Amino acid sequence: MVAMKQITNYSRPERWILAVLRIIIGWHILYEGFSKLLVPNWSSASFLLESKWILKGFAEWIMSNPAVLSTVDFLNIWGLIAIGIGLILGLFTRAAAISGAILLLLYYLSNPPLIGLEYSLPTEGNYLIVSKTLIEVVALVVLAVFPTGLIAGLDIYLAKVWNRNKNKMEG
Amino acid sequence: MISSQNDALNTENREQMSGSKPLKRRTLLKTLVGIPVLGVFALELIRKFNYDQDKKNRIIKELGLDNIKVPEIIKSSHGSKSDLIRVGMIGFGNRASALASALGFMHPDEVESRSKEDSMKDWLAQEDLNVAITGICDVFDLHAEYGLTTARNTVRPGGAEPTTLPIKSYRTYQEMLEDKDIDAVMIATPDHHHAPMSIAAALAGKHVYCEKAPVHKENEINTLYETIRNSKIIYQLGHQITQSVIFQQARDIVAKDIIGKITLVETSTNRNTADGAWIRHLDSNGNPKPGDEKTIDWNQFLGNAPKVPFSIERYYSWTKYFDYDTGLLGQLFSHEYDSVNQLLHIGIPKSVVSSGGIYYWKDGRDMADTLQCTFEYPVRDLTLLYSACLANSQTRGRSFMGHDATMVLGDSINITVDGDSTKYKEQIKAGLMDPSTPMVSFNPNAGSIDAVSSATEKYYASRGLTTTNINGVNVDVTYLHVREWLDCIRSGKTPTVNIEKAYEEAVTIIMAHKSYVEKRRVEWDPIRKVIV
Repeated sequence: MVAMKQITNYSRPERWILAVLRIIIGWHILYEGFSKLLVPNWSSASFLLESKWILKGFAEWIMSNPAVLSTVDFLNIWGLIAIGIGLILGLFTRAAAISGAILLLLYYLSNPPLIGLEYSLPTEGNYLIVSKTLIEVVALVVLAVFPTGLIAGLDIYLAKVWNRNKNKMEG
Repeated sequence: MISSQNDALNTENREQMSGSKPLKRRTLLKTLVGIPVLGVFALELIRKFNYDQDKKNRIIKELGLDNIKVPEIIKSSHGSKSDLIRVGMIGFGNRASALASALGFMHPDEVESRSKEDSMKDWLAQEDLNVAITGICDVFDLHAEYGLTTARNTVRPGGAEPTTLPIKSYRTYQEMLEDKDIDAVMIATPDHHHAPMSIAAALAGKHVYCEKAPVHKENEINTLYETIRNSKIIYQLGHQITQSVIFQQARDIVAKDIIGKITLVETSTNRNTADGAWIRHLDSNGNPKPGDEKTIDWNQFLGNAPKVPFSIERYYSWTKYFDYDTGLLGQLFSHEYDSVNQLLHIGIPKSVVSSGGIYYWKDGRDMADTLQCTFEYPVRDLTLLYSACLANSQTRGRSFMGHDATMVLGDSINITVDGDSTKYKEQIKAGLMDPSTPMVSFNPNAGSIDAVSSATEKYYASRGLTTTNINGVNVDVTYLHVREWLDCIRSGKTPTVNIEKAYEEAVTIIMAHKSYVEKRRVEWDPIRKVIV
């Protein structure tokens, strides 16, 4: 415990709340992945169809090609599940947080709540430029910056194994 | 990644992580803190999944939908090389291009533009129907030329070979019908030619695929019916809506009496553009489209219609004039009627009242741009309502209103239970059925029945937005309809929109048109077979 305390200069509650943030975001992302997996024939097409702004052309390209579309669907579902598990377990935490941030940023950029962009799908809140997706992106960036996997998570064990091998090689 | 994080640690911490000592118990707990969270997640996921499945299964069971058929999208049709059907196209405008495309022939320009848009794949996957377009007849040289180029195109779907047979251009449709090298004709002309051409084709022994509407005048109805009935030809009217997978599921729903006694069916047309109001003689710059007295055989265009001087507006925007068409009734109500008739077999109404007027597009047209028609079926305890507006495009679905539920049939099917339903009273009370949202959605692409899906899913289903190319299969309903006609020609079976259905539709449309023109309620005399 003495050792852990000094991973950062922050107090114990400060560090634990970062770990809690990581776990609940992981939970959300994991369920997003599973809820798509459990819908028969789920496809990202309906989401891509709504795409406006800079990713519109990219979304149209994906939809125009069934093989690309099914690849994107597959990567989406299993990407979300892998990222979610990584965040909950604190395993490859920084990789999970960064890939999660990139994936969510893509979602955000597909349907950003900018003035003048109208969507046929109603949102569940009221957004101007900043949406919950963008907040989650930033929260994941926070988690990528702080080594929360080393506060609580399997990364502690990984670090131990890593260092043991490093010591052996150097020794 | 781990090592860079590790660099941030101070020396004291490094000692713990260095691997020289085993993990302390407390550190071990911290290492594994995610595992119980994941465990709780898994339990909750299973609970949620079971809850949703249970609710879905209960609704599907309550409704007796558990053994409903999900039709195959693609069924194979047959025809050996020797069974080649030689088709003549009478009229080669926009609609004929779509029909030709369904047959497997596309103009090179369209092939090029569609290749750029990457939308050729579905068409190229279309099955070879073993047909050849061997004759073109159009009163306008430009259109005839377009048709010939289309029929000659070497790009074919489904691995079909380009046509090696000669492709003839006929000056008149009568010449085409006299030619023994034509087996069947597709009629895609203005409506006032439909009945005379269909009758002549039947008498010449050519099979007929005719665009809607089947007739234009009252006196054509019985002649068309008798002629086709007494011939050996296969007649199919161009209502492709019924070919969709969704429609076949709607049939099952009606057969299972899920929505209760239906006393009102509401159908509508909602458009708000000049093109949608049939102003079609101008190009995008507002200049008249090509064609003049030299290139258009005006007398042949007029046919039996009253003689009037050449008019490019009448040529392209013929729908606006009662000399050539019945307006909204022939063009759009015909599709609505057919879909209701295919589902409920309502047949000919006892009476019809139409009213409306020209309230927006005041360009000298005859056809109403706002039209309401009420069709009474007292024997069926049913009213069919048609309401059309050409100056507002707010979607009004095709609603079958039953005592126990409402079925809205469009690109998808949504069934919403009625709050005052007798049949589902208990289920509503128990909270199993909710009158505020659709309880069952049929999504044409999902391949399965989707009850109580997420709000998003329901929303997309209700807008018909789910009809993208999921599974990579997008089938043109016109293709299916044309294929059914060709299959029937080969097998001698009866197509979906046969002469019986066409007759019921013809009477219904002409009744509504007569009521509008004569500003009175009209009735059908089933004994004398006349409108009174």
